[in-house]
Amino acid sequence: MSELVLPVLSLIVFIPIVAAVIILFMNGERRDLVRGVAVTAALAVLLLSLAVYVGYNAQVAEVTFNQDALLASGSPMAATQMFAEGLAYEEHYEWVPSLGIGYHVGVDGLSAPMVLLTGMVALAGVLVSWRIDDRTREFMAFFLLLVAGVYGVFVSLDMFTLFFFYELAIFPMYLLIATWGWVELRQYASMKLTLYILVGSVVALVGVIAMVLVADGFFRTAEGAAVLQQAIAAGIVSPGSTSFSFDMVNLTLAAEAGAFDVPGYGGVETLSFARLWFPFIFIGFGVLAGVFPFHNWSPDGHVAAPTAVSMIHAGVLMKLGAYAALRAGVQLLPEGAQVHLPWIVFLTLINVVYGAFIAFRQRDFKYVIGFSSVSHMGLVSMGFATMNVIGMTGAGLQMFSHGAMTALFFGCVGMVYDQAHTRDIPSLGGFIKRMPWVGLAFVIGGLTSMGMPGLSGFIAEYPIFTGMWAASEQITLQAGGLVLSNYYSVIVVLAALGIVITAAYVLRVTGQVFLGEFNATLYPDVGDISITDRVVLVLLGSPLLILGVLPGVMAPMITSGVGPVLAILGGA
Amino acid sequence: MAGFDFLGSLPAIVPEVGLTILAIIILFLDVYLPGERRRNIAWVTVLGLLLLAVTPLVWAPPADPASQLVWGGMVRHDTLAQIFRVMILLGAALTALMSIDTKAHGRQGEFYLILVVATLGACLVSAAADLIMVFLGLETLSIPLYILAAFRRDDLRSAESGMKYFLFGAFASALMLFGLSILYGFSGQTSIYALAEVLPAASGEAVLPVLAALTLVVVGFGFKIGAAPFHFWTPDMYEGAPTPVTAFVSVASKAASFALLVRFLIAVFPQSLVVGGHEIQAFWVSLAALMAVISMTLGNVLALSQRNIKRLLAYSSIAQAGYALIGVAAIQSQTEQGVASVGFYLFMYTFTNLLAFAVVVFFSEATGSETIADLAGLNRRSPWLALMMTIALLSLGGIPPTAGFFGKFFLFNAAVQADLTWLAIVGVLNAIVALYYYLIVIKVMYVDRSADEDQPIPLSRASGWALALPCLAVLLLGTVAAQPVFEWAVQGALALFQA
Repeated sequence: MSELVLPVLSLIVFIPIVAAVIILFMNGERRDLVRGVAVTAALAVLLLSLAVYVGYNAQVAEVTFNQDALLASGSPMAATQMFAEGLAYEEHYEWVPSLGIGYHVGVDGLSAPMVLLTGMVALAGVLVSWRIDDRTREFMAFFLLLVAGVYGVFVSLDMFTLFFFYELAIFPMYLLIATWGWVELRQYASMKLTLYILVGSVVALVGVIAMVLVADGFFRTAEGAAVLQQAIAAGIVSPGSTSFSFDMVNLTLAAEAGAFDVPGYGGVETLSFARLWFPFIFIGFGVLAGVFPFHNWSPDGHVAAPTAVSMIHAGVLMKLGAYAALRAGVQLLPEGAQVHLPWIVFLTLINVVYGAFIAFRQRDFKYVIGFSSVSHMGLVSMGFATMNVIGMTGAGLQMFSHGAMTALFFGCVGMVYDQAHTRDIPSLGGFIKRMPWVGLAFVIGGLTSMGMPGLSGFIAEYPIFTGMWAASEQITLQAGGLVLSNYYSVIVVLAALGIVITAAYVLRVTGQVFLGEFNATLYPDVGDISITDRVVLVLLGSPLLILGVLPGVMAPMITSGVGPVLAILGGA
Repeated sequence: MAGFDFLGSLPAIVPEVGLTILAIIILFLDVYLPGERRRNIAWVTVLGLLLLAVTPLVWAPPADPASQLVWGGMVRHDTLAQIFRVMILLGAALTALMSIDTKAHGRQGEFYLILVVATLGACLVSAAADLIMVFLGLETLSIPLYILAAFRRDDLRSAESGMKYFLFGAFASALMLFGLSILYGFSGQTSIYALAEVLPAASGEAVLPVLAALTLVVVGFGFKIGAAPFHFWTPDMYEGAPTPVTAFVSVASKAASFALLVRFLIAVFPQSLVVGGHEIQAFWVSLAALMAVISMTLGNVLALSQRNIKRLLAYSSIAQAGYALIGVAAIQSQTEQGVASVGFYLFMYTFTNLLAFAVVVFFSEATGSETIADLAGLNRRSPWLALMMTIALLSLGGIPPTAGFFGKFFLFNAAVQADLTWLAIVGVLNAIVALYYYLIVIKVMYVDRSADEDQPIPLSRASGWALALPCLAVLLLGTVAAQPVFEWAVQGALALFQA
């Protein structure tokens, strides 16, 4: 892979941190200067993210070609090699070598779109927060820290670094919601959200430590040591690798060699490490992706948060959960995925349908969007559960599409609320007349969310459903004496119901908020939005259109990203 | 022991010698300095302690384990002692630094004198290698602390604090002394490095008396480190004592006791020790795990309902002792990870807790209040105080990029490696409970409004240093400095296993 001299990914992670520190040392009264620094930093990282995305996109064909060659070669470590060779912009430094902890960052086909998404939502978040006057300095500093944490997770190739950034993101989020959020709900919602996410992540952390230990045990056996030596010789893992390592490439190597599938874990005949720990790791991270029944923090959290935080939270943070669940769960514990995803798919179905139903019932504009996120994120997990290339590519596309879409939604809600000072749907109406930009953006987002062809939602959801059909033949669920087969096709039919309900609530909200009669006596001051807000809407709306018309700019990349995961799943 | 090598033995006690000289200097300054220049006593103390904190690094321990036991086997000059001495001396220096501008005792020479003597005791404890030295060191540490706790003589709460601390402390010392005397009675040995060999034969393979002695000693340590169920003195003592004293007790006294605890357990009751067919190590590992679970759970649950920030930190310190005990239990894996994680944890905890207490000192000096509710609006009154407190609390809660994240990670990693995954799970869940009340305090500072929020809190230059130094340490230990300090702790741990 081509190496850039510039440590782009480190710059992407550390520019927001440095900017946050600079902002903290600035005079809090000079708000415009604070905003200026924040927007400069956000713009700089967005441009770098775009450069990373475009740079990686140029290599996708080559990566895919190599992957096919590797798969055909039948090498026992083909999947790991696919993963390792698909990485670009890699940087690797030792951090705590005695514990196998390294600062290892890089992107592949799965993370590059997420990096781009983070850049867009981060800049949109800074712009949409332009009018925050209460302690602007602290707000911007914490917001940039949050952005840095999110970036860190997406580029981490070391499980420890991943956790480091994951937890780093959580605290600023708490403070942002608790301090600048909606007065009525912020204290309750911020605490609930933080505790939910942390419980999930720390359980996953213990699981990952245990995983590293099992991998260590494997690499210490004669067979494992040979595998490690061979991988070092082939240049797959870094030359200084020891058996005890948190590096994702090393762990993938162990996973592919079957280190986590050995039965008899914990003295139980039928239990392997992967079988025992997969639910804890997958759902532990899945909490942040809103997996039912651990989605409860999400609507409250999104509603309570200030607009920028809702945007980054629903737009990017929930993807963080899904991404980490895919990396640490499915990629590293493939056997666990094969055993457990067939029942976890039921949870995702509940997400999709139940989330949509609840969204339909809401009176509060922001709660509608909050529950719609629960519903749409269910589709992401459902895509993972297909365990085939179509469905997983769809899941990756859905992560990006939903991220931009939901951030756009929350931006619209925030802009309406800023002027109307209410989010009660029945008392709003006709806002498209006064806020044409917001109305148009909401309609685009709404159509995306219904899966209208020509927009990114269709590009993302169609493959997920196709993937489910395709998977239906292969997957059977065995629980005790019960054997269930071909049930994915039933699930997909039920999930399609979710789309119908989505259409219903989107149309309802559009009709009641943006169309109809505008009540000029109730809302005398409502006017069009500022230029910064327009930039936000364009920034978040255009990817929905671009991806809808030209799926080729992202789909092949994500397919190349899920390639190694599928290779491991197939080989396990 | 071959001929006594005075010069060769001297490096082992450089900090102690230095502390004695420093104490004498302070005594003279206290007598001769006129009123308006008495602030310099504090500065002399701070600089002296900082200078001494470097000495363990300059006079590094000998590489050969055989020549580490010096002064007739009274102290062991090894890396573990080195780490803990640096920790304790830095802790004492920061304590003196945060005391400079306190109205009650900032200019009283005897305060610094007693502080230095307590530090001397703590340094001795962290290197003690003989039952006599164990007890002498602990008393040299404890008795000055009893006095310091009751230092504000005209304040009833301070007097109560000193009295409670004294009664519980004396009781704990008595229990421990009883345990030590049983060990001596069996073996006729006082060197903790010689006890393990003779113990099985000396006790006539009777396991019960050995376990009794072990339990008594561990209970004594339990009091000193403030671990549940021997924590009853902590909340009242923490609340009543002058805040810098509370800070010192919460870090230095705890660190020294932990240093001795791991040394004692590994040296006297190693894995190889089998009495009457019973492995003694399994017993104390269970004991440590049990105390860890009780301390973490009790400390965190009781902290939830506290209204006074010092009491909150007291209960939190009980829980923190519980986390560190996870590392003690993890010694059963026979790798250095357990001890190393305890060493790192206390190193980072020293700075973290001192940072938190420094904020409390400056806040209550300015406002006269120590309740959590009065912290409301602190972010508007003094953004830096609020930020420092936030960093300290996040570190206590184990959130990156602060040192606490690495501290907890190393502990849980050691626990999982020692096949104590259940203990790690209990630990992480407790960390969440703890985070709840830490976040509440942060919320009060940032979100809640108060009538006084337009009154800024002024900070003196000394106060600035007392905040900036530990804050920098916490952030560095949470990022780039984690690796070298952890490696150092690993070296210290290895030193214990090569007796």
